[in-house]
This record gives sequence, C-alpha cells and structure tokens, in this order.
Amino acid sequence: MTDVEALHDVTVTVNGVRRTAAVPARRLLSDFLRHDLRLTGTHVGCEHGVCGACTVLVDGAPMRSCLMFAVSAQQHEITTVEGLGSAPDARVTPTGESLSPVQQAFAECHGLQCGFCTPGFLTTITAYLQENPTPTSEQAREAISGNLCRCTGYQNIVKSVLRAAEITAERRAEAEGDGETA
Amino acid sequence: MTTQMFGAPIRRKEDPRLVSGGGRYLDDLGHDALAAAFVRSPHAHARIVEVDAGDAVDVEGVVGIYVHEDLPGRIGEPLPLLIPHPTLTHGRTGYALARDEVNHVGEPVVMVVATDRYVAEDACQRIRVTYEQLPPVVGIDAAREGALLVHDDVPGNIAAHMLQEVGDVESALAASPHTLTLELDIERSACTPMEGRGVYARWDDERRELRLWSSTQTSTGVRAAVAAKLDLPLAKVECIAPDVGGGFGVKIVHPWPEEVLVPWAARLLGRPVKFTEDRREHFISAAHERGQLQTVTVGFDDDGRLLALDVKFWHDNGAYTPYGIIVPIITSTQLLGPYKPGAYRCEFWSLYTNTVLVTPYRGAGRPQGCFAMERAMDAIADELGIDRTEVRSRNFILPSQMPYDHGLLFQDGRPLKYDSGDFPASLAKIKALVGWDDFAAYRVEAEAEGRRVGLGIGCYVEGTGVGPYEGGHIQIETSGRVNVSTGLTSQGQGHETVFAQIVAEELGVRLEDVHVTTGDTRKMAYAVGTFASRAAVMSGSAIALAARNVRAKALRIAADALEVSPQDLEIVEGTVRVKGAPATSMSLGTVSVLSNPLRYAFDEAAQAATQFAGTFDPDKPPVAEDDEPGLEGRDFYSPTQATFANGMHAAIVETDPVTAEIRILRYCVVHDCGTMINPMIVEGQVHGGVAQGVGGALYERMAYDESGQLLNASFMDFLVPYASEVPTIETDHLETPSPLNPLGIKGAGEAGCIPVSAVIASAIEDAEGFPISRMPISPNDLWELRRQHAAGEIPSLHRATRSAARDAGTTEATEAKETTA
Repeated sequence: MTDVEALHDVTVTVNGVRRTAAVPARRLLSDFLRHDLRLTGTHVGCEHGVCGACTVLVDGAPMRSCLMFAVSAQQHEITTVEGLGSAPDARVTPTGESLSPVQQAFAECHGLQCGFCTPGFLTTITAYLQENPTPTSEQAREAISGNLCRCTGYQNIVKSVLRAAEITAERRAEAEGDGETA
Repeated sequence: MTTQMFGAPIRRKEDPRLVSGGGRYLDDLGHDALAAAFVRSPHAHARIVEVDAGDAVDVEGVVGIYVHEDLPGRIGEPLPLLIPHPTLTHGRTGYALARDEVNHVGEPVVMVVATDRYVAEDACQRIRVTYEQLPPVVGIDAAREGALLVHDDVPGNIAAHMLQEVGDVESALAASPHTLTLELDIERSACTPMEGRGVYARWDDERRELRLWSSTQTSTGVRAAVAAKLDLPLAKVECIAPDVGGGFGVKIVHPWPEEVLVPWAARLLGRPVKFTEDRREHFISAAHERGQLQTVTVGFDDDGRLLALDVKFWHDNGAYTPYGIIVPIITSTQLLGPYKPGAYRCEFWSLYTNTVLVTPYRGAGRPQGCFAMERAMDAIADELGIDRTEVRSRNFILPSQMPYDHGLLFQDGRPLKYDSGDFPASLAKIKALVGWDDFAAYRVEAEAEGRRVGLGIGCYVEGTGVGPYEGGHIQIETSGRVNVSTGLTSQGQGHETVFAQIVAEELGVRLEDVHVTTGDTRKMAYAVGTFASRAAVMSGSAIALAARNVRAKALRIAADALEVSPQDLEIVEGTVRVKGAPATSMSLGTVSVLSNPLRYAFDEAAQAATQFAGTFDPDKPPVAEDDEPGLEGRDFYSPTQATFANGMHAAIVETDPVTAEIRILRYCVVHDCGTMINPMIVEGQVHGGVAQGVGGALYERMAYDESGQLLNASFMDFLVPYASEVPTIETDHLETPSPLNPLGIKGAGEAGCIPVSAVIASAIEDAEGFPISRMPISPNDLWELRRQHAAGEIPSLHRATRSAARDAGTTEATEAKETTA
C-alpha cells in the first residue's frame, strides 16, 4: 500500500476573492484553478510551458500556470480570464457579459475561433498593455509571440491588441470626462 | 429587413461567452469523474509478452486496471474500419487496448482508472510491460521495399493499390513534344488542435442509459459506434460535443480507443469517468497526415498545354487504416486543380508503417496533390521559358466549360464534376494583388541591395460540402425565441453565428432571438459530422430549407388568424405583418401560440390557443390531418455531389544568401467559396489555414528515428508557428455561387492551407534558381540544397541560366544605369 499524499492548505486571492483548498504539493496551479477552484476558463494546451494557453496573472504578471505549483502561489494574487471582466474599465455587453477592453477587442476583431487558447492571450495582452498602452502593429505582434493559436493565424489577434489599446484609451477618456462633469 | 444578416461581417454570437471564460470544453466538465490514464507502447513494433500490474494495484486511489483480456465481447474486437473501399484490400484497425502486438509508439496497452489523473499516472508508472521487440518499418522507402512487414498478413505493406485513368496516358505521353518527370517528397505534419482529444461518460444505472461528451467532430458517429461496441440500444446512448478546442480533422476519427473504453469503464464501475489527452499523447496516439512520395510525369506541347499527366505516389498510412484511404483518394483526384490534364492516370499505393496512423488533417491529401500539380506547372513554365501564370492560364478549365466532369470518382464515391468557378478571373486578381508583373523590377532592386527574393504561385480546387446529408430543425417558442439545431459539430468555425444569420435572413427575425445548438444527439439525431469544409454547405443549406418550411407555416397560421392571404404577409424582425399595412400584424411568438392547440393555458398568451378561445370549424380537427402542432420545421439537405471552391495564392519570399534563412515577405490569397454567409468568418478561416500551411511548408515535420521513436513529440520541438512566423496575409475574394445548393455557398474551412507548400516552394525555387522538390524546407535543408547545387548535383533552373545569359548581354547597360544613379 502506498502512502496517502500529504495535503497542504493553499490560500490565494483569485479574482479578488480569497480561496483556500487542501492540495498535494505536486498539484499544478493550472489544475488547482481548474479542478479545485473550478475556474475552468484557464486552459491547458501543452503542460510544458510552450503554448501559453494557461497563462494567468500572478500579482499582475503573466505566468504559465502549468509550470507553477499551487503551493508556490500561496498568498499571491491571481487573475484568471474569469476576473478580467471585473476590471474598472470593463463594460457590460447587451448579452450580459462584462468585458474588459481586451475581451471586447477580441470579440470585435474576430480575434478567436475555437477560443481554447484565448484566455492565455487575454491575460498576456492585459498585462502587456498596462506597460505599453500604445503599441505599434509590430510591437503587438511581438507581444503575442509567446502564445500559440492554431485557428486564427494571429492576424486578428494582432488587430485585437491594437483595438484593445484604443478601447482602453476611449474608456479612460470617457471616465475622465465623467470625472470632470462630476 | 432593416439589417442585412446574410453576407454581412456580423460579430460572433459565441464570443462574449468564450472571452469571459464561459467556454465549456471537455476537461471543464465532470469534476467528480474518475480519471483514466494509459500505459502506451514505448516500442514501434513489438509483441506483448507480459503485463505486470502487481505494484500498481495498491496505489491509493486506483479503481481499476485493464488490459485487452479484460475487455468483453465487441469491446475486445478490432475498432471499426469506418470507410471501406474495394481497393482497400488489406484494411487493418487496432484494438481499444493492444492485443498481443503493438504497431506504433503510443498504442494503448493498459488503462488505469483512478480518483484523479495524478494517481492514475502514478499507477501507470508502476506497471511493467514486457515486450519482445520486432523490427519496425519506418518511412515510405522501408514500407515500399517490403522486406519487413508491419502486419504479417499484409504482403508488401500494401493496404490499398488504386488506379484511375481517363484517356490513354501511354500513347498521349509518347505523342507529347515535351515530357518531364518530377520526384517529389512531402513529410508528415499533424492537426495539433490546442485542445487534444477527450471523452467523459456518465452511466445512469437505474435507467441503463449512457451519456457521453466527446471532443469530437462527429457526435452522431461516436454515439453509433459506442452503442454498437457496448451493445446498447441507440436510444440509450446520448453524445454531446461540448465546446471543442479545434479539430482540423483528427477529431473526425472515431471511435478512438478511449471513446470506447471510458464509457465501458463508466458502466462497469457505475461512476463517471473522464479521459483528457495530454500533448505528448496527442503526438503519439492521435493521428498525423501528409507523408507521400510522388513521381509525376507530364507531357505537354510547345505552348505548355498538358497532353498527358501520369502520377504515381506512395502514401504512408501509418499502422492502421480506420479512416480508409480517403486521404490518398483526395490527393489523386484533387491534384488536378483548375486544369485540364489531357490524358490522366493516377496510381497510388497506401502503405503501412509502424508509426501513428494517418487520417485527414485540414486539406486532407489536397496539399500534397496541389504540390505535385503546381511543381509540374512551374517545371513546364521553366522548361519552355513561359511565364508561370501564363502556363497555368493556358491549362485552365474555363467558366464556359462548367460544369466540368473529369471522368473520375471523388472521395464521396460520386463524379469529380466541378460545378462552377472562374479561374481566369481568380488569376487576374491574384496577379494584381501580389503585383506579379512588377516583381521583376522589385527583384532587380532587391538584388542591388544584396538581397535574394523570389515570387511563387499556387492554384487549387477544393471539393467541399460532400454528403451524404445534414439536417436542420427550427422551433419558435411562444416567446419568439428561435431554437435551431443541427447535428454536426463546431470547433471554432462560428456556427452559432453563421447558422443564426441564415435563419434571421430566411425567417425575418432578429439575430439575437436565434439560438443555435450543434453536435448534440438529443437535439438532432441524424447527422454526419464536420469535415471536408462541409458545415456551411450542408447544415447551412438544411437550416435554410427548414427555415423556409417554418416561414411557410407561420405565414399560413398568421394569414388564417389575420384573415388575409399568406402572399400578402411579410415577416420583419419577428413580426408577421401585412405588406403595406404593418399595423395588421402579430408576433411570431403569437403565431407559435396559435400553432399549438391547447387544453391548458400555461400563461396569459397561451389562453389564445385553448379550446374555448376564438372560433373554429367544428368539422375540422384542431390539428389538421397533414399537419403537426407547434411552429417548427425540419429539413435535410443531401446533394448529388460536392461543390468545388477554388483559390490562388502568391507569395514573395526572401532567402538569406548566407544563413539560408527563409522569410515570407508577402502572402496573398484570392479565394472563391461561392456566396459568403459572413466574410469576416471566411477570412478568419483563410488566415488560420494559411498559418497551418506556413507551418507545414517551413517548420512542422514529424521526426521519426529509424526505430520508430517520434523525437519531437512536444510543442517545444514540433514547431507550430507563433505570430512571429506567420506573415501578414493579404486577401481578396471572388464569389462564384454554387448552382448546387439553395444559398450558392461552397466550403471554406480547409482552403487556406492547401497550396501553401506549393507556393513557398515556387517562391524559394524562384529565389534560388534550382528546383525545390521536398517540403517542408528548413534553413538547414536549403543550405544543403545550395551545397548540392554548387557541387553540380542539382541542376539550375533554365530561367536562372537564361537570366544569367541575359544579364551578361546587358551588363553594360546596367553599369551605365548605376553610374547615372
């Protein structure tokens, strides 16, 4: 009879909510998010850090959750695709979803087809635009060159990055305008 | 209609859900399920001597461990041969778990079911399988040689040998003023969707019913196969394709071993079980495609017109042939592209090797066929010193010759008969888009900067929308909500949107009121699947026909209620109204109420349909004899043949004179898929196809060593292009409607990837001045070819020699020009 694996309490803040689960030391962060916390928006495409589908933001920085243990995320802040729509500049669509500028841009520019790799792109681009709010087309292409997509040929993902930058600026201007009025 | 729906670049209905994490892919389901993991063969060819699971049974959390001998009845029999063919004389399929022998690395030998995947894999590692290794057959040369056999009872490793001939090729070749023979080689690649395969099953022991979800391109196919294997009535099996993270062909194959074993285990254990393929498993246990060796002989006249085309090719079908010989049949027929071949003979051998099985991957044999034909076209042009587009143009089937019957049988067993297409117009468009006639000047400029550039072209015709059929069902609820279902599945093609566009247009309802379900056997039990660029053509047409039925019924009921003639009615944004008198109207929701005579009113609106409401003819039954209750309609579309889309691509590449690096500077596409339902989505399909084509042309190959080990079975080593490798894709469209279906549409899914290897080879050849006959091509390969060319082992292109001669004659003029500059 083999030993029962020791469990560790892992507490993380995911999308602004403190979550705790008892998991084995070897539990990957991707599996922890998907199967323990049931946040299945984060997808796993290769399990070896190449495809980027599982990218989440750890304290705001893009990380491949398949290359990180859940226990290593102890006390860190994690944002998954499910949390992007709670950004202050998110807007509610007619169909009821709350979309951040990057999410909105993907929907506008046909930046996704099957949608499996999309959460990894969305998190990566969200972090990128915070550092580089006005990228050129070449820079946008470079920014997404660590994520694999098998459907789109990337053409409309590049467009989505540029459009997301525009939407971010538009919403900021809108918010500032509102602020002045108030 | 206030808004045009059909033909407009409408944003996708599925996207708000998918971008906010609301997608539900296979492994997002069944959190309470047990996990299955597999011990897979580490050898390409071996006999299984013994399986010792003694150390694994005690792993905490293991629920079951199974080998072939544990599989009862039909579950232990070979998997089905899905598409038999008379020439597939030696079709072979594997077992769900290998019996006695393994024929490729990755073949499943033992299944472990445990509380989670981690535990299941722990157990797998403790299982010791003893093998007696057999010599493997790896590569087409070894298979063709036939000294070693994959299957003892398949002589020469030949699964199928097929010959189709139109005209008398021998005498046409003998009479041709010119002949050329090309030896060509295309390596393996694979679909590699971002989501691998997966299956999840729940058995309801009280009702003796099975519900399964599979990441499949055919839920009806999986359902039927699983019901047969598990000896269950079809009525007791449901199969649902949830969100599917890409397919590209590999998920049309069914049932995969796991699709049989997981439902079986779920029933046996009385607990839900799930299998999620990991990336390495996808490389070694799913399917590959493309590998062929080809010998192409062309006979032509002084103008470059084809008189005879004689093709022989050897197709690597891997270890088994569950999908029959669809891929080589497609190569052998679609090779013809937009051309009249003169006399045509195509002979192929489909060969077993001890490698992963070969089944359709986007393009499905067409990229290889296109490569053969387009290499030949370039060779003819070079031989005669004629422009490459001119040679193509002289061989085109003209619009006035449509429909054009090649006299061959296509992959659906029906005539290879082109329905429509305007190839001269497509060629004019691609030449304009890439600036074909200006390239010579561009090359001169580039050469002056020490850069080496080349221009390439490739043309193809793609048979799309093959039968046998698809269906559409539409039901309008009393709220006005329109439910649409079709049985084929979706893997990112935007079916929720395009099918809704068709319904919105046909019925006259708002897009947001239309809700589409695909790939759910509970909603539509009759369907074939999503492959061969057929969804828009087949389900789109079926849904349009169903919508017309519903519309007719709605108009009839409303006309009765409004006491007008149906011809005087129109439907606008979900309201049936009198033309010219829109105040006389009723909503489709109300029509739906009236369509269903009620005894019980479930809400206020429903009162209108109850038995004491309104007036009625006491001599007629509430539901007429030839009618049905409800505002719904169903129809099927079953064409006599495929509809043929076409396209032409051109590219400019730059090859580094020192490092032999290959860069695509421009990539242009002209695409004709008939009437477009949603040009934005069509363009997205083209983009994705081109990107996969670029992968296949420059980066992706399956690196098998001589022992049959796949050396690059990861995304680290198998190079799917990132954004940094895919050029900007410039597109233009032509819309030549298909006369075959009610909407004039042709398929678009596979088109993008078909000619890319041919185009890139054409462009590299043009840059380098010697023939390119083998794809994919890496900088290393090109470096080696340059070395061989320099050593005189590879001849120069005639045009390189000619232009060198021309340059020698004009050196003075060029120098004078440079001096002036």
